[in-house]
Amino acid sequence: MRDVSRRSLVKGMAGLGALVASGLVGPRRLALAQGDPVLAGRPLVRYPEKTDLILLTSRPPQLETPMKYFDRAITPNEAFFVRYHVFPIPLEVDLATWRLRISGRVDRPLELSLDDLKTRFPRASVTAVNQCSGNSRGRFAPRVLGGQWGDGAMGNAEWVGARLKDILTAAGVRQGAVQATFDGLDKPAFPSVPDFVKSLDITRIMDDPDVLVAYEMNGAPLPMLNGYPARLVVPGWYATYWVKHLSEIEVIDHVFEKFWMKPGYRIPDNACGCVAPGTVLARTVPINRLTVRSFIAAPEPGTRVSVGRPIILKGIAFDGGEGVREVQVSDNDGATWRQARLGADLGRYSFREWSAAWTPGQPGPARLMVRAINRIGESQGREPLWNPAGYLRNVIEHVDLQVG
Amino acid sequence: MPVGLLGIVLAASAMTAATVAAAADRTISMPSDHAYATLRSGPGVEVTRQQCVSCHSTDYIVMQPRGNARQWDAVVTKMIKVFGAPITDQDAKTIVEYLATTYGN
Repeated sequence: MRDVSRRSLVKGMAGLGALVASGLVGPRRLALAQGDPVLAGRPLVRYPEKTDLILLTSRPPQLETPMKYFDRAITPNEAFFVRYHVFPIPLEVDLATWRLRISGRVDRPLELSLDDLKTRFPRASVTAVNQCSGNSRGRFAPRVLGGQWGDGAMGNAEWVGARLKDILTAAGVRQGAVQATFDGLDKPAFPSVPDFVKSLDITRIMDDPDVLVAYEMNGAPLPMLNGYPARLVVPGWYATYWVKHLSEIEVIDHVFEKFWMKPGYRIPDNACGCVAPGTVLARTVPINRLTVRSFIAAPEPGTRVSVGRPIILKGIAFDGGEGVREVQVSDNDGATWRQARLGADLGRYSFREWSAAWTPGQPGPARLMVRAINRIGESQGREPLWNPAGYLRNVIEHVDLQVG
Repeated sequence: MPVGLLGIVLAASAMTAATVAAAADRTISMPSDHAYATLRSGPGVEVTRQQCVSCHSTDYIVMQPRGNARQWDAVVTKMIKVFGAPITDQDAKTIVEYLATTYGN
């Protein structure tokens, strides 16, 4: 039933003729997604503990997950995307010496080994989406500076670890504490480069039992490139807060405003987080909650299907923690929508699997669209929003098929 | 990391905590920069490569939207002022000219 057009494949590779001819890039190693200008020419690469992922940048490493993995709720660890901010990155962790230190405005500063995290605090679990703030930035028009991601800077896993509020309670947060800062083992090569440090409000942490220091991902230790031995998990919020290789937590009496909190990772301070293209932002806030998104992972774009023969569309939907109420598909450019079937509910922070049967009606090109609606009625727009950093993209997605 | 070593690490996680502490040290090694996004030749390419790759691979440059001299100057200035790249004024000028000519709009 599926027959990816060879002609388009060959055409897509023509621009890379020189690289292919030089033997630097084998044709089978190209991350071809038919007609996708953002992924065109990007190689598939295999990094430690990872399967073939789409290369964005070599150093610091940034790898994205091919769309085919989003036909299911749980993203395999080996296919989970990778994103670092500074180079070099940690290539080695020795659990005999690794410690998570909690300091600052606390009664009892702590130094916790991985074993301490596992034995001194109740084991908590949450299934949650980890999505890069700039996921799909490459699709912004007009284009914006930054990592030109396709749609694969996201994944969903079951995270197990200690609750951050339990750890801070053990340390004893003092009166006047406002935020906690989070730092990992990744340290820049030059002292002049801002270290990657993030912060969260103390109230945000103490009110939310799902914020974890996670040491397990889908039942296994975290892959090194996803933050071994432990990372912060902030369900419903963008991945920028999910600090990898977590090593330092400091409780402070003010709002932290170093580079990666300000001016980095800011969105317009308005309801949509968007502005007219070209606008210079006046008031901004730190990026926070995920917007509603949904994707069609199967069939792949360009798949050839037959009139009258039903196929199954599959994909995932998610939001910032209200939970997905409904997923709808359209085959007539959004004139009418019909309900998709939802898969198992793995919790309000998780990818929600969906599927829908569709029978091609007439020969020629067909466009299938998908949108999700969450439990408070938030959905996705027909027109993409824009902001200068390329964040929060959540336009209605589609795939184009060929009906033969 | 070779698949075999990963297997050992995963197997170790099933052992007792005491054993894990001794056996779970994790080491990976990274591939070198991929050649899919090398800089196009042109005046200033060598200076650009030398200065930029001490912090990041060239794919970071090649994938960006094209820009004129003013836009590339803003990028190079950000690398120096915000990220502390140790680039001289003369080299910065060469890099901006190279980028605006080779990756201009």
